[in-house]
Amino acid sequence: MTYVYPKFAYRRSQEQAESLVRRHPIVVIGAGPIGLTAALDCAARGQSVVVLDDNDTVSIGSRAVCYAKRPLEIWDRLHCAAPMVARGVSWRIGKVFFRDQLSYQFDLLPEPDHKMPAMINLQQYHLEEILVTRCEANPLIDLRWKHRLIRIVQREDHAVLTVETPDGVFTMEAQWVIACDGANSDTRKLVGAEFTGQYFQDRFLIADVAMKAEFPTERWFWFDPPFHAGQSVLLHRQADNIWRIDFQLGWDADPDEEKKPERVIPRIKAMLGDDVPFELEWVSIYQFACRRIDRFRHGRVLFAGDAAHQVSPFGARGANTGIQDIDNLAWKLALVLRGEAPETLIDSYHDERAFAADDNLLNSTRATDFITPKTKVSRHFRDAVLELAQDHGFARTLVNSGRLSMPTPYVASPLSTAIDDMVAGPMRPGTNAADAPIEIAGKPGWFLNCLGDGFTVVTFGPATGRTQLTSGPLTARIIQVGRDIDDPTGILAERYGASAGTTYLFRPDQYVAARWTEFDLARIADALLRASGHHAPARHREIAA
Amino acid sequence: MMLNTSPNIADPDGFYAELIDSQRDLDEEQALRMNARLILLLANHIGDREVLSEAIGHARRGGA
Repeated sequence: MTYVYPKFAYRRSQEQAESLVRRHPIVVIGAGPIGLTAALDCAARGQSVVVLDDNDTVSIGSRAVCYAKRPLEIWDRLHCAAPMVARGVSWRIGKVFFRDQLSYQFDLLPEPDHKMPAMINLQQYHLEEILVTRCEANPLIDLRWKHRLIRIVQREDHAVLTVETPDGVFTMEAQWVIACDGANSDTRKLVGAEFTGQYFQDRFLIADVAMKAEFPTERWFWFDPPFHAGQSVLLHRQADNIWRIDFQLGWDADPDEEKKPERVIPRIKAMLGDDVPFELEWVSIYQFACRRIDRFRHGRVLFAGDAAHQVSPFGARGANTGIQDIDNLAWKLALVLRGEAPETLIDSYHDERAFAADDNLLNSTRATDFITPKTKVSRHFRDAVLELAQDHGFARTLVNSGRLSMPTPYVASPLSTAIDDMVAGPMRPGTNAADAPIEIAGKPGWFLNCLGDGFTVVTFGPATGRTQLTSGPLTARIIQVGRDIDDPTGILAERYGASAGTTYLFRPDQYVAARWTEFDLARIADALLRASGHHAPARHREIAA
Repeated sequence: MMLNTSPNIADPDGFYAELIDSQRDLDEEQALRMNARLILLLANHIGDREVLSEAIGHARRGGA
């Protein structure tokens, strides 16, 4: 094996040892990528967090493979992206094969002048290990391994958790619970939430293979290849010469049989040829589903990641959207816990992230319908697209082996002030901030790194003299381009459609809350209150009207 | 733009004969595939999403 799984030590907590019932502000259930990110983001916002996980190691097998730019930007805000990018594999060329022919190839051609790459491939266990290391170094985070949640009782202003450890059962309380315990979430079952959607009548074999092959670092997708007739196959490179191969098996496949090495190895040999030496590291079979929880908030329990929404893997939308759930939630929880926002702000987490989940489910269902045609006629259409794609550009746009995961703009968010939006360009309220190269005191830097952890006003002048603005319990920092940061290339102004006076209000998750053609303190103060949920009911009336 | 359902093909009999002749030596599977390719080519030529939706609706209702 190329990877040795770490074993994290179980420790009996003081509260269990002394039978004290302690109330914690935030308890996270599940120490996967989403739960660990939740802990880091809440801690970055000054909150202490307890993380409970029923296991004591990282993800077994590569599982989530591709991490897109937006999650990397979130991890960069949390100071963990650098080791991920250094360890991960960057790719931009994708090839699509139909039968024994190259149908076409694409180049992701990432837009230049962003700090983070468009996509990296990295095994989930490497990613989790980086996140665990960061959590362990953070005094606000209490990681508790071998802690299994077995019961939740919801109260008006907290939840009572019954937790089982190797030392028995004890009780703890949480003002808020963030459930990040995956697609089979026990927490979801314990609160009785609905989790509905579509199951696909198909099975996939996924294998991690160690090999020093001469394949280039590209994403290769086969429809109906000679070595696996009638099905699709995906090949992706990861770190340490580990390759991830996904074989579509069809609905009739027997999962237990197909997992056996004597079944898997011939499939891989047929694909790679007899003379390519490889070692099988990990194999799994799955049937995928596109499902969503009814409400992201159940009382004091907030659901994130696969516990809230399960998508098919094509387009790398699982972990990528889960990280964005946390990005949306952590600042809201911190404001409410500090008493700077009404509790109803938490409800906007469902408004915004359920909307994003539905967008992801739609994209993922469409890719699945292309890869696994449901009827004879739809298979003819699919194959016709692939045939035409060899010669005709229009058909290439129809080939769907998974669309690159992009953040979903919150177009109708109750937190946005969009009524007076007169600014040019695509950075509309509800959009995540685009990065751009900038200079601070003559030294090169990145725009997103300047935005910080709170609300930020960025104005393109003229000079205000102010460095911050207060509205009710909230304070926003003011960054003036030309005073605090410089835009020598003009890329920042271009990406934000900015001219003299253009002013943006960014939320703590780096989303645009509002923008104006001039710097107007009263309007900014009002938008700041709306973005933190103080105006939410009025805004809902406007939408209804 | 609206879907044009008034006569628009200069040589209707000739067009129809060409369409049928083009599939005369194909088996059913091949003809189904060819129809799919033809629909995709024509749809791209039209391009206008509203017109395409209108055409899909008409076809689905049986031409009414």
